[in-house]
Amino acid sequence: MTATIAPAAPRPTASARLLQLPWDLFAALTATAVFALAALWPALLATQGPFAMDLANTLAPPSSAHWFGTDESGRDLYSRVIYGTAASLGVGIGAAVVSLTLAVILGSLAALGNRPTAAAVGWLLEVAFAFPALLLSLLLIAVLGPSILTLILAVGIGTAPGYARMVRGQILSARGAPYVEAAVALGHSRGRILRQHILPNSLRPLVAVFALSIGQSIVWASSLSFLGLGIAPPAPEWGALLDAGRGYITVAGWLTVIPGLVIVLLALTTTTLGRHLQSILEKGEK
Amino acid sequence: MSAITTDAAASDLAAEIDNLAGFRPRLRVRDLSVAFQTTGGLRPIVQDVSFDLYPGQCVAIVGESGSGKSVTARTVVGLTGRGARVSAGELSLHGRDVSGLSDRQWQGIRGKEVGFILQDALVSLDPLRPVGAEIAESLRLHGWGDAAARSTKVIELLTSVGVPKPELRARQRPDQLSGGLRQRALIASALALAPDVVIADEPTTALDVTVQAQVLELLEESKRRGASIILISHDLSVVAQLADHILVMKDGRVVEQGAAADLLAAPREAYTRALIAAVPSEDTRGGSLSPAGAALLEAAPPAREVHDEVVLSARDVVKHFRSSDGSVTTAVDSVSFDLHRGETLGIVGESGSGKSTTGRIALALEQADAGTVTLLGQPWSSLPEPRRRALRSRISVVSQDPLSSFDPRWNVERILVDALQRGVFPSASARAERIRELLDQVGLPHAVLRRFPLRLSGGQRQRIAIARALAEAPDIIVLDEAVSALDVTIQAQILDLLVVLQRQHGLSYLFISHDLGVIAHLSHRVLVMKDGVVVESGTPDDIFHRPQEPYTRELIASIPVFDPRPAQEQNA
Repeated sequence: MTATIAPAAPRPTASARLLQLPWDLFAALTATAVFALAALWPALLATQGPFAMDLANTLAPPSSAHWFGTDESGRDLYSRVIYGTAASLGVGIGAAVVSLTLAVILGSLAALGNRPTAAAVGWLLEVAFAFPALLLSLLLIAVLGPSILTLILAVGIGTAPGYARMVRGQILSARGAPYVEAAVALGHSRGRILRQHILPNSLRPLVAVFALSIGQSIVWASSLSFLGLGIAPPAPEWGALLDAGRGYITVAGWLTVIPGLVIVLLALTTTTLGRHLQSILEKGEK
Repeated sequence: MSAITTDAAASDLAAEIDNLAGFRPRLRVRDLSVAFQTTGGLRPIVQDVSFDLYPGQCVAIVGESGSGKSVTARTVVGLTGRGARVSAGELSLHGRDVSGLSDRQWQGIRGKEVGFILQDALVSLDPLRPVGAEIAESLRLHGWGDAAARSTKVIELLTSVGVPKPELRARQRPDQLSGGLRQRALIASALALAPDVVIADEPTTALDVTVQAQVLELLEESKRRGASIILISHDLSVVAQLADHILVMKDGRVVEQGAAADLLAAPREAYTRALIAAVPSEDTRGGSLSPAGAALLEAAPPAREVHDEVVLSARDVVKHFRSSDGSVTTAVDSVSFDLHRGETLGIVGESGSGKSTTGRIALALEQADAGTVTLLGQPWSSLPEPRRRALRSRISVVSQDPLSSFDPRWNVERILVDALQRGVFPSASARAERIRELLDQVGLPHAVLRRFPLRLSGGQRQRIAIARALAEAPDIIVLDEAVSALDVTIQAQILDLLVVLQRQHGLSYLFISHDLGVIAHLSHRVLVMKDGVVVESGTPDDIFHRPQEPYTRELIASIPVFDPRPAQEQNA
């Protein structure tokens, strides 16, 4: 048996390390950079304004002049997708924030509240979880009227119960951990144990969940917009673009297919980032 | 063996004679080496292991974790696993070379010619299948009989390994059986086809001492019937019961091997001597178990007289547990004891005896249903938790699994600093000084502060747990199976450390263990618990030499006899 000993590799440079990343993470990071640029500085990427009409050139298929084609008013779909990034991403992030904030509050109450509180919140979560999120969102929109804020709230509240149940489970398992008992034996107060051990250990997995939930929220928001319940046309939000293209699906399929693909791409990107974040955090524990 | 090599016919004849006389080894291993492919290259795990296994004999492989003993045993039955490079001068079973067999060929051999008994029956048995079906499966795989004959055979097998009500047990799943019954079912399935080579990998490690005695008896029985056994164990006292020939392994190499009686009585190698000396028992009390411990004990203040002062007192403590089906079990039933300053009170019992619950009630981590516990003469169990906190620094705990008792996000420094009271160590520099002092006391280098417990060895983790328990200079430490998960030499070091710390600081220990040897080594007084009740209490001398109660007698009789007298003399 011969064992070959590899010579010590020189320290990789920053760019070399970037190339060593898994391809999916590399792609997701690149896509994130593009999406961020589109959201913050759309004029840099867009070829024309989102509302610039060209009535001589309506429903044109994708070409070198109009990469994603044009819609029924001759507006450039590529530019509209770019300008719509901020709204879609904003709804996604906003809804994720609303959803997880609610989830942490409700989940903590259900896990740590006194007996009646925990029981009441627990019951509320079970009911809300069983209630279709779409119906819940529709209800909210019906009450508050469609707007970007309503969309954020609707999606955020609709997806919160699922995460709240997760938070509750995390906290319950952290609370029963032997290190919590060890802290009790050291004479530490409830508040200190909660702050030092239970919350950090149970909420840390939420970092990855947050990234995952952005993608999910964008898909949700797009579905609501597609139903005409989100951001009203002609605003170039992606779900609204899908909805607007619906009438021309047989003559100009790209009007629905391309925004749909962009939504999928963004959801994939945040999901990939979330998964990698999760595995990095889990490795950190070892 | 036969030295005739010139004449082929004579050689055949010699072989025939060997065979008839039972002198031909069933298993012959020469220069076995195993290496695993890792990211860092080829890593040798086992190097140059040679031994013969004769009919009706037991070869024991003794060693600590990482010594390569399990890999050796798995390799001889073709279970080394992926990424392994196996090389051997000879590896033959029943005279047939088995070094190059395929997985499929091995499947025909395992079960039929070689039986395999693993440590943890709960993991080794299919959780969703009745144990009877599991045993019948191994018969079916080797084409044994028809379904009816197999189910009769299963009952027969379960009966032969001493399972009561075999018809009922055969229909139950592993989780419905006790640990002892599970292990016996596993042995029944390993012995189903009467293999003449049985490999037992730590077969009694997870078992209570009375069950261990039964399992050893079973193995002894199959040996008497002519089976050859390879016994893998870290426990020399178990090995001494069964082995005819012992291999001592360390870091993948055989340190020493020889006939069991000779090796135990007159070990040649320092490592073997250390291994033997590390076994705690009544005879080792007051002495050191590890070479390093000897020097520590020398330097420590002499053993003090146990004071009359009672530091912890339990009176008629009762604890019930209600299970989900509504039934109530009494975990602890009117238990009373006094723990004096500077004393080690050993609580010994088998699983489910209520010894751990008693420890948790002493720590006020569990609320007793009746009875009181007082700490340093003050109310303890009756106080609400916020008022108890001021007294918490007087009593601390070391558990069996230190890793899970540390917050996974924290390194050693953070863990130890967290255990210090801000009032006592107000400045960061005072705290830094104190944690270094604690590390010195438990014999760890300061470099360990930056590390995470997950990256430390079991012994190091347990030292950190002890350092944390010492942080507030307590009067009492409750040690719940604190050395049970450790290798014997590491266990020896920790036990020596505990004795030294007790002498230095006048600590009182409530020492909970299932291991009678450890209890005998350490305790000033012993409580024997069974089914939540203190069956008997007294000095180790009383308990181990003049047990009054039938249960205590049974317990003492179950301790494997391990009496390497000459080794003791050499060590003294």
